[in-house]
Amino acid sequence: MNILSAKNIVKRYASHTALDDVTLEIPTQSIFGLLGPNGAGKTSLIRIINQITGPDSGEIYFEGEKLTQKHIEQIGYLPEERGLYKKMEVGEQALYLAQLKGMSKAEAKSKLKYWFEKFEIDAWWNKKVEELSKGMQQKVQFIVTVLHEPKLLILDEPFSGFDPINANLIKNEILHLKKQGSTILFSTHNMGSVEELCDNIALINKSKKILDGSVKEIRKQFKSNIFEIEFSGSMMGFTNSLWTYGKLIEHTAEDGNCKALVQLAGGAKSNQLLQAVMPVAEIHSFREIVPSMNDIFIAKVNEVNPSEIIKNFTE
Amino acid sequence: MNKVSLIIKREYLTRVKKKSFIIMTILGPLLMAGIMVVPIWLSMQKKEMQNIEVIDESGFFGSNENIIKGSETMSFDYRIDSASGKTESLKIATADFYDSNYDAILWIPNNIFSGGKAIKIFYKKQLGIVSEEYIGNTIGKVMYHAILNHNKIDLNLVKAAEENSQIKVITEKLEATGKSKKTNTGLFMAIGLGGGVLIYMFIFLYGVQVMRGVMEEKTSRIVEVILSSVKPFQLMMGKIIGVALVGLTQFLLWVILTMTLYSAATVTILKNIDLKQIQQKEQVIKVGADLDYMNMKKMDKPNIVTEVWNDFKSIDIMTIFLCFLFYFLAGYLMYSAMFAAVGSAVDNEADTQQFMLPITIPLIFSFVIAQTVIQNPESSLAFWFSMIPLTSPVIMMVRLPFGVPAWELALSMGLLVLGFIFTTWLAARIYRTGILMYGKKVSWKELGKWLFYKG
Repeated sequence: MNILSAKNIVKRYASHTALDDVTLEIPTQSIFGLLGPNGAGKTSLIRIINQITGPDSGEIYFEGEKLTQKHIEQIGYLPEERGLYKKMEVGEQALYLAQLKGMSKAEAKSKLKYWFEKFEIDAWWNKKVEELSKGMQQKVQFIVTVLHEPKLLILDEPFSGFDPINANLIKNEILHLKKQGSTILFSTHNMGSVEELCDNIALINKSKKILDGSVKEIRKQFKSNIFEIEFSGSMMGFTNSLWTYGKLIEHTAEDGNCKALVQLAGGAKSNQLLQAVMPVAEIHSFREIVPSMNDIFIAKVNEVNPSEIIKNFTE
Repeated sequence: MNKVSLIIKREYLTRVKKKSFIIMTILGPLLMAGIMVVPIWLSMQKKEMQNIEVIDESGFFGSNENIIKGSETMSFDYRIDSASGKTESLKIATADFYDSNYDAILWIPNNIFSGGKAIKIFYKKQLGIVSEEYIGNTIGKVMYHAILNHNKIDLNLVKAAEENSQIKVITEKLEATGKSKKTNTGLFMAIGLGGGVLIYMFIFLYGVQVMRGVMEEKTSRIVEVILSSVKPFQLMMGKIIGVALVGLTQFLLWVILTMTLYSAATVTILKNIDLKQIQQKEQVIKVGADLDYMNMKKMDKPNIVTEVWNDFKSIDIMTIFLCFLFYFLAGYLMYSAMFAAVGSAVDNEADTQQFMLPITIPLIFSFVIAQTVIQNPESSLAFWFSMIPLTSPVIMMVRLPFGVPAWELALSMGLLVLGFIFTTWLAARIYRTGILMYGKKVSWKELGKWLFYKG
């Protein structure tokens, strides 16, 4: 079951196209990463999902229904460009924003109390927003985003502006919300958090979707069959022993401790490679090199071959 | 609760709770009451006596009938040389001027009738324009009488001729039905211009507030959070209506406070005015005012206040008030939508200038031509500018007290409503794009493109 499907979304502005025939499927109760360089069209897509702007063509479905104003209350949105009314009191403002999402005042009040205590900002209820540190303002923003318990949570660069401790707090909260049944769509450049959190991703570049799927699948797809072998013994013997199972790409040797990158020959198995080198070298470690999401991101955006990814990596 | 009403509530409450609002609400009536009360109060204050020594070289103003009469605030002493019995010389008077307690020396040269026709005042401290004029007028009057006398002209005859030739201009509007209505052009001008100025001020003050509010939301980056809950149009209208209510509240408070302050001031500060006496006087005149002016010959001049009050009653004040409210609100709504569009298009106050100009020009222009319209409220200039929605709130208000045909009023109102719908539609299209456009300096061309973006 997909909580959100975007079908053939096109959005044009006077001078450029922001989204060109983008199709997305976001599975329920998953964390979905929307990736792409600046200006790729991520924010345009997010704004369309939030019904802040409309697409020129294409359709969005929320739980199988066509997206309408009534779904607003089931979506929580934390924009990249986010702020609060500076002159307004924190509690008053949080109540106002919650009511705009359709909550009653009493309900909002009791839930806010819970969250404010959880994030340890309850002492700031009556303070003006301008008196708060930036990190604290971010906490308030996060709270008002999740307060109405949306089914779909859209977070645009959620970790920017947080110190590592608070970023971790938010990260745990995101995982917790997923466990409780929420679906999270988040847009980011932070590839570390993508690998850690996301189940699925879509990569958008120059207004087109160029890659999507589950993180596991994608990394498997970009697997290069390159192994890093650390051993002690003669480099010469090692090279000779590779025989038909693999090709040496690169090696270093220092005081008899050697490190080699070997690309597995077509059809060969990693065990065959290991067996071939074992008689001549004492193996310390043997591991497959899998490209990180960061490598895949850069390679896809720069339109280079998957083999080039590894070259990037080894450099 | 409806989302727009939530927005209106927030816009209203945050502004009304502001210190600047409270201060303005209190200061405004103080200022207004001050303008009304202070001149009366000042006029009641005992002024300092000014002592003036007269050096009359002509010798003409010495005799009893030609003497320069003093007033409540001025006294004149003739300086006579004790030896000769004639007036002291100017030289001596000026020499000991600073040892004397005189405030000024009035020097009348001996050729006052034949020659320069000028007198000179030497002073330590400026006497003030009123005193200077008093001296000039008094001497002039004495000379006027002397000249008439000299030519053997009966003074009483001249006086009677002057009094009997003063006429009063009464204007009456003759309707097509044959009925006629007495009018007071001065009063009409005052009401029309007053209403026009109020509308002008209200649009400006609160239109700019709307613009600032939009910019605040944009620069603080709260806007995108809110737009995920409400439509841009709802946010814009909520703000505009919220600010309108703030304006109406302030206006109402001003009226109430000014009235309270004014009546309190009249009771306390001006308590030495015998109110009963004034009322009695008014009653006498009211009877007189009902009389046919044409048959009035030797009647006391009616008190101006009562006269104005009577004329006031002849105006259809309820219609004017309702029309005032309509133009007040519709004009504000139209302009504030444009102010909101400007606020959405820029990132900081400095950039507003280029876009403000086309909004402020029709507004200032209507204020300027209001001065012409009031001279001739039924000219074609007045007609056209009271139809064009951009200028009609001010211009029609100016015309209203003079009487405007019903069809003209209806047409003007209808056009204003259309204008308001059109500008709001236009502004909303700019607004919804501009509000999410950060860090970009926008040109007119760009704004034009925004109009055609799909929502």
